[in-house]
Formats: sequence, C-alpha cells, structure tokens
Amino acid sequence: MAGTILPFGPQHPVLPEPLHLNLQIEDEIVVSATPAFGYVHRGLEKLADIRDFRQMIQVVERVCGICSMIHALTYCQGLEELMGIEPTPRARFLRVIWSELHRLHSHLLWLGLFADAMGFESLFMQLWKVRERIMDINEATAGNRVILSVNVIGGVRRDLDSGQTAWILSELAEVEKGFSAMSRTILHDYTVQKRTRGKGALSRSQAMELGCVGPMLRASGVSQDMRLLGYAAYGELEFAPVVEQDGDCYARCRVRFAELGQSIGLIRQAIAKLPAGDTSVPVKGRPPAGEVVARAEQPRGECLYYIKANGGKFLDRLRIRTPTFANIPALTVMLPGIELADVPVVLLSIDPCISCTER
Amino acid sequence: MGLIDKLISTARRSSPWLLHFDCGSCNGCDIETLACLTPVYDVERFGVVNVGNPKHADILLVTGTVNLRNREVLAVLYEQMPEPKVVVAIGACGLSGGIFREAPNVVGGVDKVIPVDVYVPGCPARPEAIIDGVVLALEKFRGKALAVL
Repeated sequence: MAGTILPFGPQHPVLPEPLHLNLQIEDEIVVSATPAFGYVHRGLEKLADIRDFRQMIQVVERVCGICSMIHALTYCQGLEELMGIEPTPRARFLRVIWSELHRLHSHLLWLGLFADAMGFESLFMQLWKVRERIMDINEATAGNRVILSVNVIGGVRRDLDSGQTAWILSELAEVEKGFSAMSRTILHDYTVQKRTRGKGALSRSQAMELGCVGPMLRASGVSQDMRLLGYAAYGELEFAPVVEQDGDCYARCRVRFAELGQSIGLIRQAIAKLPAGDTSVPVKGRPPAGEVVARAEQPRGECLYYIKANGGKFLDRLRIRTPTFANIPALTVMLPGIELADVPVVLLSIDPCISCTER
Repeated sequence: MGLIDKLISTARRSSPWLLHFDCGSCNGCDIETLACLTPVYDVERFGVVNVGNPKHADILLVTGTVNLRNREVLAVLYEQMPEPKVVVAIGACGLSGGIFREAPNVVGGVDKVIPVDVYVPGCPARPEAIIDGVVLALEKFRGKALAVL
C-alpha cells in the first residue's frame, strides 16, 4: 500500500510562520518529507535596484525581525570592507553588546517555542516572561523592541552611558537567575528527555555533508562559529563555541541553552572593556566598484552577504544566504523514520526562520 | 432565533477565539503578537483564546504583506471562519505593504484580499498596540454578533 500524503502547514498551530511540508506517512511513521516554500517570499534583494545603499540598511533589517540587528551588522561590515572604512573601537564593542542581546532573546524565544511544540506550555510562558527583560533592554537602549536599527556604515547610531551599562548588567543578572531556575526542567526533566533524546539525530559527517550551520552543526560535534573570525570586537573577547556530540534534538537544546550563558558572559566582557570615543566615523561618497562577501554568526548560524557595487548610488547585486536556508536540507534526512507526533519537535529543533529563508 | 443560538452568540461575544496567520511578515510583528499571549501582556484576561483552527476562530490576526502565493491561503482561511468574524491587520506591511510595497512579489496590504476591520500601525506593532487593536475588534465583533441576532 502506498503511504498517505499529509500536508503540514502552511497554517499550523506549532508554526508561527508559514512553511509547508508534504509528509508521506505509513501508519504513524514518516516515510519522506518534502518542504515547499514561497509563502513569505517578498523579493527584497531586488529592492537594491530602487533603494540606495544607505536605505538598504533599513530593508535588510527586515529580512527577519528576530535577528534584524545581525543582518544589518553583516551588511554594514560588508560595505565598510568595500569602502575601506574602519569603525571606531567603541562602535565595535557596542555592536557586540547588541548582537548578543539579540542572540539572547532569539534563543529564549526558541526555547519557549520548542517547549510549546512538546506541549509544555507553562515552560513556554516562563521563558517568554524572562525574555521580556531583554526586550526592555532593547527598547531602553535602541528605542525599539524588535528592530533596533542601530547600525550605520562606519559605526552605530546610539551610545550607552555608564548608567545604562550598569542597568543592563543588573537586568542581565536577573535574566540569568530566571533561566538558571529553569535549567533543571529544560535539561533534566523526564518529559523533555522523552520527547527529545535520540530524535532527529544527525552524525558529524551527515551534518557536514548537508551543510548545516550554527547550533545544528555544533550539536553534532563540529566546533564552528563565525564569531571566531573575530569580526566586530569578538577577536578581543574570550569565548569558546559550545559543542555537543549527540546531534539529536536534546543536544541542540543543550547547545542553545549553554549559549544563553555564553552571550551574557560576552556582554559582561564587552561592557567591562568598552573603550571611550566616538560611536561612528563620518562616511562620504559611494561604495567603489567591486564585490565583497561578509559573514557573521546569527542565533541560527552563519549568515552570508554577497554585495556587488558598481560605483554608483545603487548596488548591482545583493545576495543573502541565511542560516535556515542551509539547515532545511537536514530536515529531509531527519524527518523520515520518526513518528508523526514528533514532527513538530524535530522541525522546531532547526530553529526555522522562514522569512530569512525566503526573504 | 432559538435559545441555543442566543446562548452561543453570548458566549462568543464574551470569549472570542483568535487565529493568527503570518502572511509574509519579517517575524517582528509575529513575535510581538505571540508576546501578547505571554504573562507580561496576557490577552487571555479579556477572554481571548489563541486557536490553531480557522473553523473555531472569531478574530483573524494577520501580520505581514500579501504575496502572490499566500493570498490564496489567506482567502481560504477567511472563508473557513464562521460568521460573524472580524479581521485585524497588524503592522505597516499588513496595512499597505510597508517597506516591501515595491518588491516584485508583493501584492500589498491585507485589505487587497479580504475585508479588514481594524488596522494596527507600527513596524513592528507594539504589544500594547496589538492589544488595543484586539479590544477594538472585540467591540466590532459584539456589534456584528448582535446584528445577527
């Protein structure tokens, strides 16, 4: 008997975003999974034809609301490289602070949604309650909760005074207390272990072959993190990528949970070392003809920008490759063989961001 | 109109169920909509419950721009909802296409496809604004529900 084809999405309670999967199932077991896209595609790379290179910062921030700061950061770093501009030291440290705040809120958001996918709703509520403190920091320092809009070519637009940094540190201590209190539930609870251990396992070689990035790759035992390239001020801060060996949903959960603590550590280091000086350098002129590739580590993995300029006001080509785009092929390997009830958990374990993928 | 119909109408007015659909948003408005459901904002105190099935829903929250592919999904979701129903469009993209209005695959605001009752501005809309929109939608919903009676 041929299996049944079950459409999953585009509107599904577990997905905040429209992703469509055609699941071929036999009894309750998934035989194959075919993702289908296009529900969030806007074609914003094409907007580079009608918006100039400075206006494009606002556009790339809206590739994805969850990691908007890091999209703008990657784009600005690419243009700075092309134009031969060195951002001020203070700007580089401030960029680290806002990047890590974004990583914190994104990981807390993911942990909450992951808990919700398992049916653990109270954990979801608790994690999102902790996350609101980060949103408050974002709002107090950048003026907006989600889209921070702090990056400009040559630095950042806003500064932090000593009162603000002290307040950020005290808020972060509360955040740390908040998620540490839940560590026993997230990492050792029987329900969580039962739903995540051994599900959707990827070996080290599979993860490499499928081109996974970010926490997916690190959960399979590969120590890869774009922050090791030392962009912004990461070269002057001390950290080591969080690596797990099992490659299953539980390992991914452990990686992301450990990265919460890592991000807080990085913000503390950056605030302690924050140099004095200007927040941006004046930039004149247009980007010269040429092409550049910029990379940065998003909460979901490596994000790659290809920028081609022709010396004019508008860019010739802007190409964005986002981490979820790299992680989706892994789904076609992880989903076959698991039970239908585990599909939401495995699907969410890649931390899908569809608006990134489709742009 | 029988007694049961009146009872159902009263219950729907005091506890409307809401369906959220992301049409093509950048996630900014979606995470703010989800934040409304969590302890700090908590729209459930107004009797609002988030559901995943359009056939159970009274209020449709739509975030993001409509594109050539998801316009049909949006129209089908709206069709599946039972009368009376209200639609809340959230964020600059849902209102007019926002920053993406000139992008090649963008049709425009939600009202190009389905009738919209409440518009919530912002990029992204703040949770307070979304709650305000839902409360306004509730008033409209009461009016529509009473008109059916």
